[in-house]
Amino acid sequence: MNDRLANAYARAASENRAALVTFVTGGDPTPADTAAVLDALVEGGADVIELGMPFTDPMADGPAIQRANLRALGAGTTTADILGIAKGFRARHPETPLVLMGYANPMVRRGPEWFANAAKEAGVDGVICVDIPSEEDDALGPALREAGIHPIRLATPTTDAARLPAVLDGAGGFLYYVSVAGITGLQQAAQGSIEAAVAKLKAGTDLPVAVGFGVRTPEQAAAIARVADGVVVGSAIVELVAEHGANAAGSVKTYVASLSSAIAAARKEMAA
Amino acid sequence: MTIINSLRTQPDERGHFGQFGGRYVAETLMPLILDLDREYRAAKQDPAFKAEFDYLLKQYVGRPSPLYFAERLTEELGGAKVYLKREELNHTGAHKINNCIGQILLARRMGKTRIIAETGAGQHGVATATVAALFGLPCTIFMGAVDVARQQPNVFRMKLLGAEVRAVESGAKTLKDAMNEALRDWVANVHDTFYIIGTVAGPHPYPELVRDFQTVIGNEAREQILEAEGRLPDMLIAPVGGGSNAIGLFHPFLDDPEIEIVGVEAAGEGLDTAKHAASLAGGSPGVLHGNRTYLLQDEDGQITEAHSISAGLDYPGIGPEHAWLHDIGRVRYEPVTDAEALASFQRLCKLEGIIPALESAHALAAAERIVPGMDRDKIVIVNLSGRGDKDIFTVADALGVKL
Repeated sequence: MNDRLANAYARAASENRAALVTFVTGGDPTPADTAAVLDALVEGGADVIELGMPFTDPMADGPAIQRANLRALGAGTTTADILGIAKGFRARHPETPLVLMGYANPMVRRGPEWFANAAKEAGVDGVICVDIPSEEDDALGPALREAGIHPIRLATPTTDAARLPAVLDGAGGFLYYVSVAGITGLQQAAQGSIEAAVAKLKAGTDLPVAVGFGVRTPEQAAAIARVADGVVVGSAIVELVAEHGANAAGSVKTYVASLSSAIAAARKEMAA
Repeated sequence: MTIINSLRTQPDERGHFGQFGGRYVAETLMPLILDLDREYRAAKQDPAFKAEFDYLLKQYVGRPSPLYFAERLTEELGGAKVYLKREELNHTGAHKINNCIGQILLARRMGKTRIIAETGAGQHGVATATVAALFGLPCTIFMGAVDVARQQPNVFRMKLLGAEVRAVESGAKTLKDAMNEALRDWVANVHDTFYIIGTVAGPHPYPELVRDFQTVIGNEAREQILEAEGRLPDMLIAPVGGGSNAIGLFHPFLDDPEIEIVGVEAAGEGLDTAKHAASLAGGSPGVLHGNRTYLLQDEDGQITEAHSISAGLDYPGIGPEHAWLHDIGRVRYEPVTDAEALASFQRLCKLEGIIPALESAHALAAAERIVPGMDRDKIVIVNLSGRGDKDIFTVADALGVKL
């Protein structure tokens, strides 16, 4: 099967750089505006796209993504809209991996199988469900795998060695290391702790390890890119959408391009 | 005697009550709630923990709370004898303190040095601020900005007790948003912070441990009714928001199949309107705040706003054990509207000289509906979960009285 996620990480690795993973909330500020923002992410050089599914109660998110969720829902964004956005993206970008990220309740509302099949049909490659840990994943995870979609798991600073196998059980696509014990978008972890954590995770899995939470500047992205397989940037992009609304595509592209070039140069600088 | 098919052995070790409950939290919290689970199991086995809990309930909270025969209410209704379990006489004026005492002992046992909690109307916030003061721990209470504005007396109480009250501006700015914000704070401060959840909801083991701390209500009631009447009651009635007072009363009686058990949901302006808080009668199963349960939600799984005149019942979910007891039919859940609760609120004031909480008034309204149809030799226990002093402004407003 054509594993777009594996291909994207493999291509980045072959170019001796980390993959750039970018997040944006679907339907923010309106469902009609998201396509242009997604295109801007790709044009700016993102390797993997995370499309946030808005939820009324985004418990793990900081203020920026909370507000994006409310804007999207306020504009009437539905699950059908999100799937439609994914489908349109897939038609325009046949090779760029697309990951849906969100909370359990909207994903399981019509049943895990329904969601897995609808996501597959829309061309989705992976799903990150923030509030279904492996211990509760006896329905959604199997349904996703059955449909050929990677269930992407999160590891955190509180995930100790004893617990890591449970997190990795059934994980696919890549492992998302949440580098801060906290909510999205607020502070960044110390570089040293990230390096140690990535080394520990990579010892436990062959999956690529992407690091996120609090990554804002090209310098921060480059620092992570030296040690991880992927760098995830979310809140900073969501804030650009908040600032520029329907006209955000241009500034999003410029910003993502700045991250992309910093990441591309990161390991070369290290070698030099 | 060994009860083979006991209804009192839930949840399973993963925190499931049938298909409900569980631990639906972000990975950051998983190790912490697993740790809490281990600590709670150990505390349960520790006689010193139980001894301190019992001591504080007696000497600080003022337990046991009386089981009072409401003679004039009984006469008025003309059916079964009505007893009131007087939880409103507890320190801080409601059942909430029972749970807070238990959880702060657990926090201290775990070496946590900071307390957080969510609150809607402020009752759980006041109870938490109270125990935090008692144990000398700093305390932050998350409260929706809308609730802060309409519950100023309780905000001031919490501040007097030394707590910081943080107004939550996210979402709809009410109880569920306060809980989201408390969870966010907890995720960011897991190393030193203990989250005292106020009801039988949240990720496992919270629904279990809050229930266990609240079963003092039912255990006392059982002993007290045997002493007063020489037999067990025929029916129990309690109001259900998240459902901690109700499960506290019900749980010790679940294995007595001849006892009818009635939980009362807030029907707000009516189940045929969008303004109610009856997640069993008007909701469907889903995942929120760490557990799977009945929720008020739309077809996309977005959580919809609850409404009740009683802020304590104004929550779009219900504890997972209630969801399970509803599904297996052991407990019957009935809706009561704002208007019915208001009428019962006033009736109890005049008949018994007791100002009930609006939450409790919902249970009284259900009793007034059911009791007249029962024989006079039957016995009903109604949980008077809290006192209504906090509600006088709301009630005055609803009655068009200017204070």
